Amino acid sequence: MAKSEFWKKHENLYFAVTNGKVIFGLIVFMSILALAIFGPMFAKYDYDEFAGPGYMPPSKEFWFGTTLMGKDVFTRVVFGLRSTFLVGFVGGTIATFVGLIIGFLAGYYSGKLADETLMMITNIFLVIPTLALLIILSAYLPYRGILSQSVIIGLTAWTWTARAVRSQTLSLKNQEFVNLSRISAAPVTKIIAEDIAANMFSYVFMVYIIQFTGTILAAVSLEFLGLGPTQGISLGLVMQNAVNWNAIQLGLWWWAIIPGLLLTILIVSLYFINTGLDEVFNPRLREM
Amino acid sequence: MENKCIMQVEHLTKVFTSGIIAGEKTVAVKDVSFKMDQGKVISLIGESGSGKTTIGRIILKLLKPTEGKLYYNGEDITNINSKQEKKEYYKKVQAIFQDPFSSFNPLFRIDRIFNMVFSSFMKDVKDRKTLIEQSLESVNLNPKRILNKFPHQLSGGQLQRLLIARALLLDVDILIADELISMLDASTRIGVLNLLVELCKKNGMTVLFITHDLNLGYYISDTTLIMYKGRLVERGDTKKIYKNPVHPYTKMLFESVPEIGNKWDKEELFLPETVIQDVKKFYQTNSEQGFKEVEPDHMVLFSD
Repeated sequence: MAKSEFWKKHENLYFAVTNGKVIFGLIVFMSILALAIFGPMFAKYDYDEFAGPGYMPPSKEFWFGTTLMGKDVFTRVVFGLRSTFLVGFVGGTIATFVGLIIGFLAGYYSGKLADETLMMITNIFLVIPTLALLIILSAYLPYRGILSQSVIIGLTAWTWTARAVRSQTLSLKNQEFVNLSRISAAPVTKIIAEDIAANMFSYVFMVYIIQFTGTILAAVSLEFLGLGPTQGISLGLVMQNAVNWNAIQLGLWWWAIIPGLLLTILIVSLYFINTGLDEVFNPRLREM
Repeated sequence: MENKCIMQVEHLTKVFTSGIIAGEKTVAVKDVSFKMDQGKVISLIGESGSGKTTIGRIILKLLKPTEGKLYYNGEDITNINSKQEKKEYYKKVQAIFQDPFSSFNPLFRIDRIFNMVFSSFMKDVKDRKTLIEQSLESVNLNPKRILNKFPHQLSGGQLQRLLIARALLLDVDILIADELISMLDASTRIGVLNLLVELCKKNGMTVLFITHDLNLGYYISDTTLIMYKGRLVERGDTKKIYKNPVHPYTKMLFESVPEIGNKWDKEELFLPETVIQDVKKFYQTNSEQGFKEVEPDHMVLFSD
């Protein structure tokens, strides 16, 4: 009896843990995350260490094979995954957070001076070609670390979040149910939390997931262009090395395909979580 | 019986601006004044975009008027802003909104609208369930089948009746009913209207009935206000206005009501341009100025 009471109170949670897409996405995401967290513990070598003979296909000894020079691909990939996750979390969080604050403020004070100023700043940032800016910034920085890379990406990626969140806030603010809560003399905190934020929660989550993937992809493309971190390793760097050494042409498919495939699976799993959660938060999409 | 004025609206003007820098200005309501007497039904009639809903929202303190004053029971309430004052005000002034589908937060079950009313205005009431059930039954809804549902599982008519039931929970002085029965079918419609009038007479509730339907306006109201492009063009006793419309827009409205037994006729088609022309001509040719009385309790706008 107590059990069903619990689920009645936390209905969204119930729908989340019974939604196939969410479960599938979460399992895949969690296993890749586990690979990034625990993988380096199983690695027998250092990521830059020459582990053995080069040109080795995946085997018992070298799980993901070795590079042309004999570095262990598994070690490089799991260490690279760590920094890729770091870039995603840091950059995605910065981009979402800045975008959310600016979008929410602009939407709430729509038509007022604050809105105009914030939107002007956003529009200026929006027309700056991000990749070009990133290339120039990365080229000028004497030392490029993974953290500084993710901060730069995060600080240039927030613009569309701000615009999207602003319009979402605007349309929600004009809904009749907000007015109904207002004439019910509901406290402002309740209106913002239940009528505006709650209706935006799945949206914010989606924004976060998209920013997360966007940041990872931006970082990978920078690394692919040779503008990645000067120290450390990441998935993009592994792939860049592979391309530089003509890995595919030489038949070392494991060197390029495995990190690329992991990246793709990671992003797909995030999209699965995203669409699944949309059904959870929006009762209209639930199948009942 | 002497009429007690419960709400007075004076020289109300609302201008919407789209953005501060180089924003376009839209005058939604211009210089509107009227009184609402206790226990009376006042119908506010006008076409879409004439500013009727805006007036309703200003009275509900959802919009701030650009100019003008609001008096409730003789007190100036134009600038009340504190939580406590608003709570007191909403306890006595309530509304039913135009669009039932967007009046409910889709994430919550429909009981939320009742619970909000209880937690704001009637915290001490113990027997909430009975009260909710009573008010639901008075609008022909089955509480057992309705409560515990999500808004998207109910029809527009059911949602609208829920909103009416919500307003009935409180013993309000003024009810603003914006296109109240637009979503109801003909049989329920009369029932709800009669219920409204009955409450008016019994509890002394005042209703501002915002509509575009002239027949409904006549059926229900004691006083009629006609709006045209943000201006109040005719105001007064319902019977007098319906019998003797003076303003060309009001005349056009009455002539364009389709009557049962009349078929569509191309010759009598009214075009918006001709109405604008007629109104302009009316303002230019008459010698009167401003808002004047043509007979007791019947005012007409003579110049723009």
